[in-house]
Amino acid sequence: MANPQYSVLSGAQSAISANKVLKNTYMLLSATLGFSALMAVVSMSLALPSWMYLVSVIGAMVMGIFVLPRTANSSSGIGVIFAITGLLGLGLGSILTMYLALPRGPEIIATAFAGTGLIFLGLSGYALTSKRDFSFMGGFLFAGIMVVFMAAIANIFLAMPALSLAVSGGIILLMSGFILFDTSRIINGGETNYIMATYGLYLSIFNIFISLLQILGIMSSDE
Amino acid sequence: MDLFLKIVAAAAMGMMVFYAWRAYQQWQQQGPKPQKGDWQAAILPLAMVMGLVVLLIAMVR
Repeated sequence: MANPQYSVLSGAQSAISANKVLKNTYMLLSATLGFSALMAVVSMSLALPSWMYLVSVIGAMVMGIFVLPRTANSSSGIGVIFAITGLLGLGLGSILTMYLALPRGPEIIATAFAGTGLIFLGLSGYALTSKRDFSFMGGFLFAGIMVVFMAAIANIFLAMPALSLAVSGGIILLMSGFILFDTSRIINGGETNYIMATYGLYLSIFNIFISLLQILGIMSSDE
Repeated sequence: MDLFLKIVAAAAMGMMVFYAWRAYQQWQQQGPKPQKGDWQAAILPLAMVMGLVVLLIAMVR
């Protein structure tokens, strides 16, 4: 017969463990976002060229796929996540330099920043308070990522503004879904590594910000 | 964008498609199935995100 006392203890321990992962994730996320912002300021002050964005995204992508999963269970994982987010911050700085040169650039950047913050806080709050398990969305989200990336590959060569808008819109929706998915996995014990959890949430925030910048940049122009 | 940079960007995105394909297969086979009301609970906040984006666009126009 199952020992009910053991079950209660086990449930409480898993809740404490999930809370610890959540707390560590948000602390590391705050630190990596701050570091990324610092690197973006450095990149803007150095006036790095726009191709730096592509180089940094590819570098971060390679590190995120091949290096981070191997180091996430050790202390070196912290260094790797700071390297990835710092690299993305450098790339972001070169994009922000371009937007600042636009007539309404500072307004677009501020609006995209506020929108990203609202989306992240709203969705995280919803996932935390509803206590629902959104991990059923995994297959749908990764299928969506494949479709959006294939459209983005086509648009590299086609350069169609309408397709670019559609891709950015799709990325915002998918990354919003990933915020629900990742947050619910942390609180339901599906993700126990706070470094990997931070990486997932950071990428969602970064992609929402970049896509919002692109949509607002295109839609604010009079042409 | 230079043709070289375009090809590099396409190759990197192709790598992401491959990575997403593997993750998709894994989640389809081992991921939990949605229960009644799960999709409604997910679509509601996503619709609000869409509304917010439309509002932000209206603000910058």
